[in-house]
Amino acid sequence: MGEVKLLGAWPSPFVLRARIALNLKSADYEFVQETMNPKSQLLLESNPVYKKIPVLLHNQRPVCESMIIVQYIDDAWPTGPSILPSDPYDRAIARFWAAYIDDKIRLHRSDLVADPNLIRLFPSLQTIARAQGEEARVEAIKQVISEFQLLEEAFEKCSKGKSFFSGDSIGLLDIALGCFLGWIKATEKKTGVKILDPETVPHLVGWAERFCADSAVKEVMPETEKLIAFAKAKFQPPSK
Amino acid sequence: MAKEEVKVFRTWSSPFPLRVIWALKLKGIEHEYCYEDLSNKSPLLLEYNPIHKKVPVLVHNGRPIVESIVILEYIDETWKENPILPEDPYDRAMARFMAKFSDEKCLPAVWLVFTTQGKEQEEAIAPALECLKTLEGWLVGKKYFNGETLGFADIVLAWIANVLGVCEEVMALKMVTEERFPLLCAWIENLSNAPVINTTWPPRDKLLVKYHALREARVGSVGPK
Repeated sequence: MGEVKLLGAWPSPFVLRARIALNLKSADYEFVQETMNPKSQLLLESNPVYKKIPVLLHNQRPVCESMIIVQYIDDAWPTGPSILPSDPYDRAIARFWAAYIDDKIRLHRSDLVADPNLIRLFPSLQTIARAQGEEARVEAIKQVISEFQLLEEAFEKCSKGKSFFSGDSIGLLDIALGCFLGWIKATEKKTGVKILDPETVPHLVGWAERFCADSAVKEVMPETEKLIAFAKAKFQPPSK
Repeated sequence: MAKEEVKVFRTWSSPFPLRVIWALKLKGIEHEYCYEDLSNKSPLLLEYNPIHKKVPVLVHNGRPIVESIVILEYIDETWKENPILPEDPYDRAMARFMAKFSDEKCLPAVWLVFTTQGKEQEEAIAPALECLKTLEGWLVGKKYFNGETLGFADIVLAWIANVLGVCEEVMALKMVTEERFPLLCAWIENLSNAPVINTTWPPRDKLLVKYHALREARVGSVGPK
């Protein structure tokens, strides 16, 4: 299949998307830990437009933007299990929700204090952590719950009673959302707020467990404690 | 072959539904339009696109698909004639990258120039020109972003050939000049002459009025904020 390199960093959920996709295809690759500060020559040359990770280098040709990388991996490794569903309508639904998830994150990019490449939480998760006062906190929590309830409904529709958004095995939408589970758990631990609450989003809770336990995921999903330590080192703690 | 229901929810002017229409026309797929007034959205639109409440919506045999780029991929996968995405996985990735760049970087950069004036506008011009420079670079050795024939990336970027010119006229500010971006100018010319594209451009005089009003609403008599 040629030489495969993935330029990335272990805490990044976007890099994780690419890793999971490569694992699903049992593709051999070299993980190149990007220095970020300063950005490596390789990164600047292979992603001159955005200068961001992840970058997939396949036979030295760069592919950028995590969801584009995932779809590329699906196209370029046709013999492995399919990441996208086979039916065009199901593919459209998966792409729609993947775009929805990414939109929610992109909106608040300017809010981020640390390197926006590495830490991109759901904006609402950040809002909870930073909410000043009980009222603001309650509002922020409501926003998160409503976003996840939408995703819970999406899960019920897409999974059609099966284990993952994509059916019996992990696919595009599972990857698009699942990559954030490490950070979601870290945020839950730090803020004490239950986001994946079995009372409000029971299907997502079950899905999250199955996703994290999957063989393509468990070796590469960052550990909660490591993420918390990482965030502590990177972020200013929110003022009390 | 049974007649399929193919409906496109659109407005008279928005460039996003036009993408869908061009793809359908390129493939020779019969379709109907449902015109929307976005200040008074139809119950059907709200039912088909409850989350974003926007156009375009493609309804195919009763099932709605939303978001123009998602719709384009759906169209290409459903109707195989005259493919708009390249076959090679790397070229496909590049086409998708160009599409993302168009909507996430170029459009907002140009929009910022269009909706500001004075110092704010001056500062907005350089990033917009950077975006256009990137596009220029992608056209080296090619007639279209897709290669010899127009495709997915061209369809997504076509707003540059249509809306951008109108905005430039309204602002009396030209960013895409022959001098700066000869390849982009040539591409605009080629695209504008493509039969599928030029028969569906919204009327320029109406667009000028609309965009004039849009700009006035942002920077007009209210003055700088």
